[in-house]
Amino acid sequence: MSMLHRLFNFHGGVKPAYNKEASTQQPIAVSPAPTFLVIPLHQSIGGTPRPLVQAGDKVLKGQRIGEADGNVSSAVHASTSGTVTAVEMRLMPHTSGLPALCVVIEPDGRDEWITRTPFDYRNATPTQTRDYLRDAGVVGLGGAVFPSHLKLNPGKSGKLDTLVINGAECEPFITCDDVLMRERAEATVKGIAIMREMLAAGRVLVGIEDNKPEAIAAMEKAVAGEKDMAVIVVPTRYPAGGAKQLIRVLTGIEVPHGKRSTDYGVQCFNVGTAYAIYEAIALGQPLVSRIVTVAGNVEKARNYEVLFGTPMADLIALCDAKPDTDRLIMGGPMMGVRMPADSVPVVKATNCVLVGSPILFPPPPPEMPCIRCGECAKACPADLQPFELYWFSRAKIFGKAQEYNLFDCIECGCCAYVCPSHIPLVDYYRFAKSEIWAREKEKEAADEARVRYEFRLFREEREKEEKAARLAAKTAAGREKAAAALASVDQPTTTPEEDAKKALIAAALERAKAQKADAAPQNTEQLTSEQQAEIAAIEARRAEIREMAKPHLPPDN
Amino acid sequence: MNNSPYFLKPASVQSVMLRVLAALIPGIAVYVWFFGAAILVQIGLASAAALVAEAIMLKLRGKPLALFLTDGSALVTAWLIALTFPSIAPWWLTVLGTLIAIVVAKHLYGGLGQNPFNPAMVAFALMIVAYPQLMSQWPAVGATEFATQLDAIFGFRHLDAMAMATPLDALRTALHTAEAKATVAGVLGENAAVGNIGGKGWEWIGAGYLLGGVWLVQQRIITWHMPVAFLATLFAVAGLFSLIDNAQFAGPLFHVFTGGAMLGAFFIVTDPVSGATTPKGKLIFAAGVALLTWVIRTFGAYPDGIAFAVLLMNIAVPLIDMYTQPAVFGHKNGEHS
Ligand code: SF4
Ligand code: SF4
Repeated sequence: MSMLHRLFNFHGGVKPAYNKEASTQQPIAVSPAPTFLVIPLHQSIGGTPRPLVQAGDKVLKGQRIGEADGNVSSAVHASTSGTVTAVEMRLMPHTSGLPALCVVIEPDGRDEWITRTPFDYRNATPTQTRDYLRDAGVVGLGGAVFPSHLKLNPGKSGKLDTLVINGAECEPFITCDDVLMRERAEATVKGIAIMREMLAAGRVLVGIEDNKPEAIAAMEKAVAGEKDMAVIVVPTRYPAGGAKQLIRVLTGIEVPHGKRSTDYGVQCFNVGTAYAIYEAIALGQPLVSRIVTVAGNVEKARNYEVLFGTPMADLIALCDAKPDTDRLIMGGPMMGVRMPADSVPVVKATNCVLVGSPILFPPPPPEMPCIRCGECAKACPADLQPFELYWFSRAKIFGKAQEYNLFDCIECGCCAYVCPSHIPLVDYYRFAKSEIWAREKEKEAADEARVRYEFRLFREEREKEEKAARLAAKTAAGREKAAAALASVDQPTTTPEEDAKKALIAAALERAKAQKADAAPQNTEQLTSEQQAEIAAIEARRAEIREMAKPHLPPDN
Repeated sequence: MNNSPYFLKPASVQSVMLRVLAALIPGIAVYVWFFGAAILVQIGLASAAALVAEAIMLKLRGKPLALFLTDGSALVTAWLIALTFPSIAPWWLTVLGTLIAIVVAKHLYGGLGQNPFNPAMVAFALMIVAYPQLMSQWPAVGATEFATQLDAIFGFRHLDAMAMATPLDALRTALHTAEAKATVAGVLGENAAVGNIGGKGWEWIGAGYLLGGVWLVQQRIITWHMPVAFLATLFAVAGLFSLIDNAQFAGPLFHVFTGGAMLGAFFIVTDPVSGATTPKGKLIFAAGVALLTWVIRTFGAYPDGIAFAVLLMNIAVPLIDMYTQPAVFGHKNGEHS
């Protein structure tokens, strides 16, 4: 059902070459299960799920292998049936090249599901439905991987004006949402209907960029029977598919940085997420795979249904990467991140594996000074003055950068794309943001001084005990007793939960150690595991960004 | 290693600068038509001086020569100097002005992108203070014989006969020296060199710059804000005063089509480096330049006021930018997160 709908404009944006044709020539294919699946436990925003399996366990497809860590987290499942061969640190699909805890599964080839029971959400409380979705591992598949159950809450008022469904897919090369809408429009709309019911939304607007005529036609047909649900064709302009930009285009509402869109009566989900919700609720299938576009420097660009944990190398092998391939990018050319190796797994955030080459993505021409031409400001969809942010970030005047709304920057890359001086502007913003985060963390850490002090007392006490135990060990008579004492100190009896936590702490420490000691802030020895993990991650980001920013920074760096 | 975005729009400082140069060509062509080919010699002199000075300064500052020398920014400065100086000025005046612009106003302030003052206008202001006489000798319309012009430029002969004041200068001199007996109509009407709008020849050169300038707007090299604010303000203030006393104050069309007004509106005020950057700031900046230009033209001691007006407004740019920051996405109703 199409209708006349007033569209709003968003400021800025760019029109890069879209390169979407190559991967939409053929229908979605199923990528076969690889020899080993490497499934990271941390695949969404929020806490890292606790592992529920160990090496040797047999698992079924859809069996939960990671349990959500609190409510701001999302479960993880085995993508096929097989045997767990290890629960260990593996390289993650992130530029930093840092490892994280993964469940490694050797598929048995039977692809045997758990018993799948549809969830009767109409006879469940909203909380029960949200818990179900959390345990089904449903997260935003547009790339942000925010746990969906947290967003399926209409907020204080108990209802929503507008549910926005994002089928814009504005990044070049990526077509996974396009083909999803072409081939699975009915199921997607069923998912949308479930979301609309949960949110008590008055109307539903499905925004699709006008360069996807087939998807538009399919979705229009699918929504025909639905009340107050319409497909709205929006002009093609990057980043029209940014959630905030799409909300603005469809409703005229601007959701400020740091504010919940439900406070403005609107919520936005990706079409892929709608489909995942349909599968979880109507089919009883947790999220174990997604559609991934493989495009760029390949002979056969195509969309694949890929099991999470499939190494990217296995996936691109299906598409014949050309010999001059020099990198893999997860995501599109505007915002995608470079992979540290082709062994990293496809995860829930992987909408596209973009294969790069020096010809497709040539190194940028030499950087020139900013001539204040204002092109970047004209292109910025967040209405920022990117060159001012650049100047403050470069000069490390972070307070000023924040004053000029650095954190409203969505890192869309429009500014860097248009800059005639070829300044890697977004690198500077990433650098400044991570420095500011790190400083705030340090401040917080200082505020925790009291807790640390108590912890130290405890540690000193323990060290005393250990010393005593060792002393005792020297005497022949006390040997056995000492061994027992040592054991009780070194391996205190723990619950499996604590074991998992210990693994996490070890992981965090490992990561922290991997970072150069000089980059580490002081007083990080006695923090909680969460703090350590977070600091390690921030330090990694800092180190990485420092590396990236090095060539651009003034010589004192 | 490069990070997202992995591909860039094909744009460069060089292509921006080259298009600015191209946009000057219609104005220059008209200039040659009315005042002879001397201007081309001046452009050549200024360009050569600018490139040599640029090369030396880049070398001294240890900057990559090939990259910066070809960016075209020095040529833009050079051409603007040539076009704002009298076309029969002695060669050394142009060269000296260019050297000051490139060495002092540009590189001593940190080079491309760093200069707070418009280099061409720094050169013009210094030269007109130091050599007011030479900076006021403009070729008479019709005195376009190339050999004679060359003689003037290279100093073999001094030819007062071929030189004359610009209409602006003539008007100011008459109004200021003839014990207030002269009137605008009297001066502009009597003077044989003066056309109907901005002075014979000048309005057509202005039209040439206007044409090039509109093309620059279409090419998205400059935005409409500055030219529109500049011309509208100049028109408004000149119009207002000529309404009050048209014997003492020249009309609005005269002001916008004479002297450096059109060149200023599209090519000088719009210098991105030394000008305001926000949309509102651009309007304020250009309007300020126009207002000061009119004041200096009308009451000041120099024939044209654009250079001083631009430099004065350059000082105010940081403040203007600071107070005109546009509201960012989601904060447009004055909210703050
Ligand atoms: S586009 Fe580049 S050169 Fe132009 S103002 Fe922005 S940062 Fe400076
Ligand atoms: S990356 Fe940030 S500053 Fe640049 S255009 Fe996007 S939002 Fe604006």
